[in-house]
Amino acid sequence: MTTAIVGAAETDEIGVLPGKSAIQLHAEAALNALDDAGLTKDDIDAVLCAGQSPVAVAEYLNIVPNYLDGTSVGGCSFMMHVRHASAAIRAGLCTTALITHGESGRSRVGMGGWGGARQMLQAQFEEPYGVAGPPTRFTIPILRHMHEYGTTHEQMASVAVATRRWAEQNPRAMMREPITVEDVLNSRVIAWPVHLLECCLVTDGGGALVVVAAERAKDFPKKPAYVLGTGESSEHSMISQMIDMTESRAFKVSGDLAFNEAGISRKDIDHAMFYDAFAHTPMFALEALGFVGKGESGPFFEEMRTAPGGDFPLNTNGGGLSYTHTGMYGMFAIQESVRQLRGEAAVQVAGVKTSIAHGVGGMFHAAGTLILTNDERA
Amino acid sequence: MPKRPLPEPTPETREYWEGTKRGELRIQRCRSCSKAYFYPRPFCPWCASKDVEWFTASGKGKLYSYVISHRPAHGFQDWTPYVIAIVELDEGPRMMTNIIGVEPAPENLPVDMPVEVTFEQQSDDITVPLFRPAGSRA
Repeated sequence: MTTAIVGAAETDEIGVLPGKSAIQLHAEAALNALDDAGLTKDDIDAVLCAGQSPVAVAEYLNIVPNYLDGTSVGGCSFMMHVRHASAAIRAGLCTTALITHGESGRSRVGMGGWGGARQMLQAQFEEPYGVAGPPTRFTIPILRHMHEYGTTHEQMASVAVATRRWAEQNPRAMMREPITVEDVLNSRVIAWPVHLLECCLVTDGGGALVVVAAERAKDFPKKPAYVLGTGESSEHSMISQMIDMTESRAFKVSGDLAFNEAGISRKDIDHAMFYDAFAHTPMFALEALGFVGKGESGPFFEEMRTAPGGDFPLNTNGGGLSYTHTGMYGMFAIQESVRQLRGEAAVQVAGVKTSIAHGVGGMFHAAGTLILTNDERA
Repeated sequence: MPKRPLPEPTPETREYWEGTKRGELRIQRCRSCSKAYFYPRPFCPWCASKDVEWFTASGKGKLYSYVISHRPAHGFQDWTPYVIAIVELDEGPRMMTNIIGVEPAPENLPVDMPVEVTFEQQSDDITVPLFRPAGSRA
């Protein structure tokens, strides 16, 4: 255990924010995280971010960096940034790292274009077939999982229901109306077998983190979230090239790295944040990270074990399905892990000592995993 | 026919797109480890050998997984809902495609259903491979 998160904050508001540009959201989150850590921008010597160039973010905040990382592989980029910042601090390349996220995912203010160079691999081998963003790509593996393991529509819908139960109690969550499995299955079909309520939100917002060496961590105002284990990996750039559509290799590699580094067992995890771009994503995470066997995630969710009162508190902010999802949700998963470890979450789980934040990038393209603890002796 | 976003072939993929124009599914295999692979690359993704060759695949395969998209991509508005599928070729590799020649309903599209290739010309340069249930006349 060599580093810790000592500053963590989201933008003032999340949701629909047409009055703020993407880079403005980076900066707002950054300044809030610096406040949280009791630091100023002049204390920062490393800038890491995705979506925008770290050069642009450093310039916007007027920071002089000794270390830059623009790893931008989708929503798990921020798990990787914590990993990379930790390695850089360990190597003596920097001391105080700022990781930022800001995205006008819904309002599209100050965002780059979607791009679409016709010679890219995706343009040659997937786009001619009418894929329309994540809802028609990320969703393709589900039927294979259902076919091989008997996973049911009701089981997948249960993920959205359990997640909503947390959101009902969180004032910052965008979607707070209670829902049932029937509501999910009666909602509009987006890409069969996926219904609207099994798809994440599309919102604006941001978040930022400050990472320092563990031995400095107690010098800050808030309880530190020590970085116990980290992992990252990638698998493919196109969903059609996924090795086995019933499991994510990237999830598995990333998760195993994090658990091996942390030196703890799955049973030691008190709280989990599994990126839920769609209802099946946490099912794949539960299996790949080794909390259940292959094909066993469906019944686990159907039994409401991840809902409030269950034995596996998951996505306790309401997740991407009900809390917020700017396009790169991973930052918000880490924020909630930190809040739970500090004891300041909107829906606080009692006695959280160890939390796992696991993110996906693209359509199962990449993964990043963090295991965090508030126990300095760990 | 949907107005598909059409690709621009690159040097290492040109033989594939030349093949589809002739009604042939040209893919590659490795002479060292004998495995077939897709998408086109000038080396084997399994053993990294550069000793690779093009061949014409059988065009037969099975429906590995799919969605029925109710959300039209640009150009597909008149075709919704439509099937975005992953087909596993008999030779091993998988590729994205559309399933045509059958009403897009789950009961018509059992996972692992045998499928076969058919070709649809889009422009002078681009013909895309699509798949239909094996033995159908679509």
